[in-house]
Amino acid sequence: MPQTDAHLSAFASLRRDLAGAEGAGGHGLDPELPLITTTVEKIVQWARRSAIWPVQFGLACCAIEMMATVASRYDLARFGAEVFRGSPRQSDLMIVAGRLSRKMAPAMRRVYDQMPEPKWVISMGACASIGGVFDNYAIVQGVDQVVPVDVYVPGCPPRPESLIYGIVQLQQKIARSRA
Amino acid sequence: MDAHGIITALAPIVPGTVYEAGASVDFATLYVPANRLVETCLALRDTPSLRFTALVEVTAADYFPRDPRFEVVYHLLSIPNRLRLRLKVRANETGSVPTVQDVWPSAGWLEREVWDMFGIVFEGHPDLRRLLMPEDWEGHPQRKDYPVQIRKPAQTYEPLEISEEEFKANLQRDRTRRMAH
Amino acid sequence: MAELRTETMTVNMGPQHPSTHGVLRLVLELDGEVIRSLRPTIGYLHTGIEKTAEQKKWQQVVPLVERMDYLGAQSNSLAYALSVEKLLGLEMPQRVRDIRVLIAELQRIASHLIWLGTHALEIGAVSMLFYAIRERELIMNINELVAGFRFFPSYFRIGGLREDLPRGFHEAVNAFLDRFPAKIDEFEGLLSKNDIFMRRTQGVGVVSADAALAWGLVGPIARASGVDYDVRKYFPYSGYETYDFEVPTEREGDVYARYRVRMRELRESVTICRQAITRIPSTGAWACDDPRVVPPPKDKVYTEMEALIQHFLIYSQGFTVPAGDAYVPVEGPRGEHGVYVVSDGTNRPWRIKMRAPSLLAIQALPTLVDAGLIADVVAVIGSTDVVMGDCDR
Repeated sequence: MPQTDAHLSAFASLRRDLAGAEGAGGHGLDPELPLITTTVEKIVQWARRSAIWPVQFGLACCAIEMMATVASRYDLARFGAEVFRGSPRQSDLMIVAGRLSRKMAPAMRRVYDQMPEPKWVISMGACASIGGVFDNYAIVQGVDQVVPVDVYVPGCPPRPESLIYGIVQLQQKIARSRA
Repeated sequence: MDAHGIITALAPIVPGTVYEAGASVDFATLYVPANRLVETCLALRDTPSLRFTALVEVTAADYFPRDPRFEVVYHLLSIPNRLRLRLKVRANETGSVPTVQDVWPSAGWLEREVWDMFGIVFEGHPDLRRLLMPEDWEGHPQRKDYPVQIRKPAQTYEPLEISEEEFKANLQRDRTRRMAH
Repeated sequence: MAELRTETMTVNMGPQHPSTHGVLRLVLELDGEVIRSLRPTIGYLHTGIEKTAEQKKWQQVVPLVERMDYLGAQSNSLAYALSVEKLLGLEMPQRVRDIRVLIAELQRIASHLIWLGTHALEIGAVSMLFYAIRERELIMNINELVAGFRFFPSYFRIGGLREDLPRGFHEAVNAFLDRFPAKIDEFEGLLSKNDIFMRRTQGVGVVSADAALAWGLVGPIARASGVDYDVRKYFPYSGYETYDFEVPTEREGDVYARYRVRMRELRESVTICRQAITRIPSTGAWACDDPRVVPPPKDKVYTEMEALIQHFLIYSQGFTVPAGDAYVPVEGPRGEHGVYVVSDGTNRPWRIKMRAPSLLAIQALPTLVDAGLIADVVAVIGSTDVVMGDCDR
C-alpha cells in the first residue's frame, strides 16, 4: 500500500464510491485499514460507468461537436469516456449524433444489435431526439423508434458541455441500475 | 454575353432549332427543345466563343399544376470566357429528356438525383436508379403533390442484397475450395 | 511451380465507418490490395431540407441551409441570402458586405481546420486533430460572441445581418488573426515535410485539370490540378473584387497538392480577414434600409404605429419575393456553393436547390481512386473534403 497522501485520498474516494449497503466500515473494521467492504453489484456498476467506450456513430452536424467534445479544450477523457471505437463489438455506448434518415435506420439498428450487452444509447441533438427542424418524409422522428434511448441531450447541435452532462447523467443512471 | 448573343452564336452550329430567351435577373437563360438538347450542349461545350466546359448543376422545378409541369435546369460554366448560362428544358410526367452524360460526365449523378426526386426520365442514361432515397421507396418526394410529412414507422430491417440461393451457392463454393486445399 | 490463382474480394465500407467522413458507403472490389472497382452509395443522410424549405417563410430557410453543408454553414447562408437578394434587387451597404466577407472567411478557416484534423488523423497523424480543433474553438468563440451560437450562428439574413456586431468583436478577431499564422507554420512543420505523410499522399488520387472540370469539381480539387477558377475572382460577390488576395494553385493534382492548396488558402483567408477587419467600422449599418425585408428599429416599434404594423407583418407573414429564379455562386470551403432559388411571388420559396460540391466529388471518387491501393481510399476521401450533409441534403 503506497503511503502518499494522493493515494490515500484516492483510496478514500474509492471507498466512498463503493460503500456497500451498510457502509465501508460496517463490519467494525478500523477505517485506517486498506480494506473495502462492498457488494459485487457496486463493483460492477463502478467498473461499467468508469470506462464507457462509445461507438463512433457520427451522422451529421452533431458529430462535429462530438469530435470537439473529445478533442482539446473539452477533453472527454476527464470523464473516462473518450475511447471511441470504430467497431460496435468493442463498445457499450452509442452516441447517436445527428439526424437519422429512413435509409440509415436499418444500418443503425444493425450496429446497435452488434454491440455486446450491457449497452446504452445517448440521443444527441434535437434531430436524433425528436426529428428536430426536419419534420419531413426523410427523417426518422426520433431514434427511440429504432433503438431504446437512455439519455436525450437537447440542442441543435448541443454544446460539448451538454454532451458531457449527458454522459455524466448516464454514469449516474448506470450507478443506479441493477447489475 | 446575353441570351441573344448565345442564340446568335448557336444558330449556325445547330441549325433549325428554336431557342427561347428566358427572363432572368442574374445571367442568360435559354429554353431548349428537348429533342435538340444534346446537339446544343455539344455546341456550347466546343464552340471557341462559348466553351462551357463545366456543368455545375442539374436540377428541376415542379410547376404543378401547370402543363408541362417540370422544368429541368442546367447551369453551365465557361471558365475561359467567364460566362454562366442556364438552360431550361420543359418536360411533363410522360415525356423524357435526353441525358447529357456523354457531354459532361458530371451529369450522371445529378440526373439520377432529378429522377429520384422528380421522376423525370433521362433518355439514354446508363444507370437511372434512385440516388438519395432507398431503392424500394415509392414516389418522388420533390413533386408538389407529394406530402412533406409522412407518418409511417421507420424500417429497421434491411434485407440482404443477395438472395438466399446466392448465399447458399457462395457458401458451397467456399466449402469446396477449402476441401480442395 | 503451381499457378497462382487469385480471386477478387468484395468489401463493404460504411455507411458506419470511422474514416468516411460521415455516412458514406463504398463497395470495393479488391484484387489483393489493388482496387478493381469502387461503387459509392449515398443518401444515408438525406434530410429533405429542400422540401422542408418550401414550407417555410423566406427568412426561416436560413437555419435550414446552414445545416446542409454543416462545416461551411455560413457559406451556405451567404449563398442563399445573395440569391434571394438578387431576386429582391437589394444592395447591401458596404459595412454589411465587409462583415459578410470576414465571417465567410473565418468560416472557411474553421472548415479547413476540421478537414486538416480529420484528414491527417486518418493518414496517421493523430495529434493534428487536437491542434486543429484547438484553433477552431477560437473561431467558435467568435461565432458565439457574434450570435450566441457556436456552430450555426444564422447571422447572415436576407437583407443584411441579424444584428450589429457586439462590443469586443474587433479585438477578438484581431487576437485570432495575430495568433493563427504561426499556427499554420506549426501545422505545416508537422506535415509538409513529413516522410510518412508525403508517401501516403504524393502521386495518390491524381486527377487532371480536364477531368476535374468534366466531373464538375470546381473548387480546391480543380485548383490542385492547375485550374485557377475561384468564384471570388471570376464572379466576385459581396465586394471580393476590392480585396487583394491570391488564388493558390498546384499542378500535380494529387492528394498532396490538395493539401498544399488548402493550407495556402488558410493563409489567403487570413490576408482577406485582415483587410476586412480594418475596413469595418465599429458602428454603422448592419442591414439594408429596405422596409419590405428589414424590420424597423425597436424604439420605433414601441412608439410609432406604422413601425409596429411593419414589424408585425415581417414577423408573422414574412415578406414576398418577386417571381423568378436566381443562382448566385459563392466560393465555399469545398468549391462552388450556390443556391438555385425559384420564387412564385409569395412569402415562401417555391423551390430551392443547393449545389453540392461533395456530391460531385463522391461521384468522381472511382476516377480519383482508379486502380489505387485500398489504403489510398481513405487518403483520397479525406483530400476531397466531402461533407455528407452537403452531399445528401
